Amino acid sequence: MTEAAPERPKLSVRGLDFYYGEHQALFDNTIDIAPAKVTAVIGPSGCGKSTHIRVFNRIFELYRDQRATGQVLLDGQDILAPAFDLIELRRRVGMIFQKPTPFPMSVFENLAYGIRLHYRPTRSELHGRVEAALKAAALWDEVKDQMQRPGTALSGGQQQRLCIARAIAVEPDVLLMDEPTSAIDPVATARIEDLVVSLKERYTIVIVTHNMQQAARISDFTAFFYQGRIIELGTTEQVFTAPRERRTEDYITGRFG
Amino acid sequence: MRSVPPARRGDRAFRLLAAGSAGTVLLLMAGLFVALGAGAWPAVRRFGVGFVVSNTWNPVTERFGALSSIYGTLVSTLLALLIAVPLSVIIALFLVELAHPTVARVVGGAIELLAAVPSIIFGMWGLFVFAPYMADHVQPALSKTLGFLPLFTGPPLGIGMLSAGVILALMILPFVTAVMRDVFRMVPAVVKEAAYGMGSTTWEVTRGVTVRYGAAGMIGAVFLGLGRAVGETMAVTFVIGNDHAVSASLFAAGNSIASTLANEFTEAAEPLYRSCLVYLGLVLLVLTVAIQAAAQLWLRRILRRMGRSG
Repeated sequence: MTEAAPERPKLSVRGLDFYYGEHQALFDNTIDIAPAKVTAVIGPSGCGKSTHIRVFNRIFELYRDQRATGQVLLDGQDILAPAFDLIELRRRVGMIFQKPTPFPMSVFENLAYGIRLHYRPTRSELHGRVEAALKAAALWDEVKDQMQRPGTALSGGQQQRLCIARAIAVEPDVLLMDEPTSAIDPVATARIEDLVVSLKERYTIVIVTHNMQQAARISDFTAFFYQGRIIELGTTEQVFTAPRERRTEDYITGRFG
Repeated sequence: MRSVPPARRGDRAFRLLAAGSAGTVLLLMAGLFVALGAGAWPAVRRFGVGFVVSNTWNPVTERFGALSSIYGTLVSTLLALLIAVPLSVIIALFLVELAHPTVARVVGGAIELLAAVPSIIFGMWGLFVFAPYMADHVQPALSKTLGFLPLFTGPPLGIGMLSAGVILALMILPFVTAVMRDVFRMVPAVVKEAAYGMGSTTWEVTRGVTVRYGAAGMIGAVFLGLGRAVGETMAVTFVIGNDHAVSASLFAAGNSIASTLANEFTEAAEPLYRSCLVYLGLVLLVLTVAIQAAAQLWLRRILRRMGRSG
């Protein structure tokens, strides 16, 4: 079912089950995520796509009744093992949410927040890193003169790029994006899509999207989820032009979903 | 006169009624100031603004000054806030961020019940249980350890400014905590997730995001507590000692504006004496209105700075 990635996968998921209380949401998920590529996760609402990527940084652990079993290997190490350093995991695996989540502080402090959590930068290092991250997120030119403005005062698209900048400021390996453009207008969406493509040189990106054109435009691999199971994973071209599974074809041709 | 259809007549009547009811609020407010101002006028004419800085209070010679009452009001209120606010923040954070939902529900319910306890109960408890305990245990211990500060000197009587401050703190604690809890609850879960997702610990999320997000609301909660504490009468009157004295020691007896009013109106037979008490009431009213106004201005400023419409 899974296609062997050419290199060692960045993330290898083996037999992942997930539960909300008694309710099982993911069933025996097994998937490899290729490094320095964009992997799109598509599927109808409630199929477990978000749930699946929320395991990669163990953010689900904030909620008492949520539980994951199985193996998720990041560079060969099982992140679900209790011994795995959670703080370091979350530095290495950043997350962008459906709605922009600027912190209630200035643009500069939004960026500095994460850097200060994980590093002990000097003043000039801090400024350098903030600038580099904003440049990488294609936001620098727009905000360089308003670093002291509240992050919440930016436009929606800018806020989302701010969140991406904030995530990459701590030098992660993986970026998880949970429908990052669903709350953003089409022009701003296009900019974020360009940004995602430009970021994949340095980061492994997993993006959940309900927008199939988006998946087709920006991803290298596509995984199709249905009812908590991974139905198909392949190159985006193959999944969209020659799906192996009937349900994949039905979904991408709009027969359900 | 044009004839108006009955339905529209009803609308008009309701409109008038509603506007009139709303206008009552303004009238009431203005009326309070006017009535107190008129009542206080003889005292104002006699003592002027010097009333609020003079510390004489002698009904026999008819020399009156409000300093000790104002001082006592401010000190007991400040003490109450110093004790209650940090506690409220911690309790509210515990309820929202840390506690098991069942625990949060039980403790949260208890806090709301505490808010419903009449102040006379706090006063009686303060006088008969708490003040003796202060005198026997807390004040001697404070004298021994911090006695080098003038704040903690003098005989441990139990009754006095410190006890009033603590009782006030207990009384405003539930209100402040309840508002703080609601403030922290309003922080969007996804913003917290984002902060945790950056690799923050619970403490870092709380300090860096939750508390900042709630800053405006927290200040609102503090002012709510302040407003309650400034005017609180019954409990304070029981434990503050009711002495017209300004003392550096928190062990000493003092009074507050409200306690003075509660204690002395029945004895105030002379017109000037009574007028002075009304003047004192006017000071209290101005004080509380000023606090409210400051609170609202402050809140508006914070909200603007946080980039939200307020």
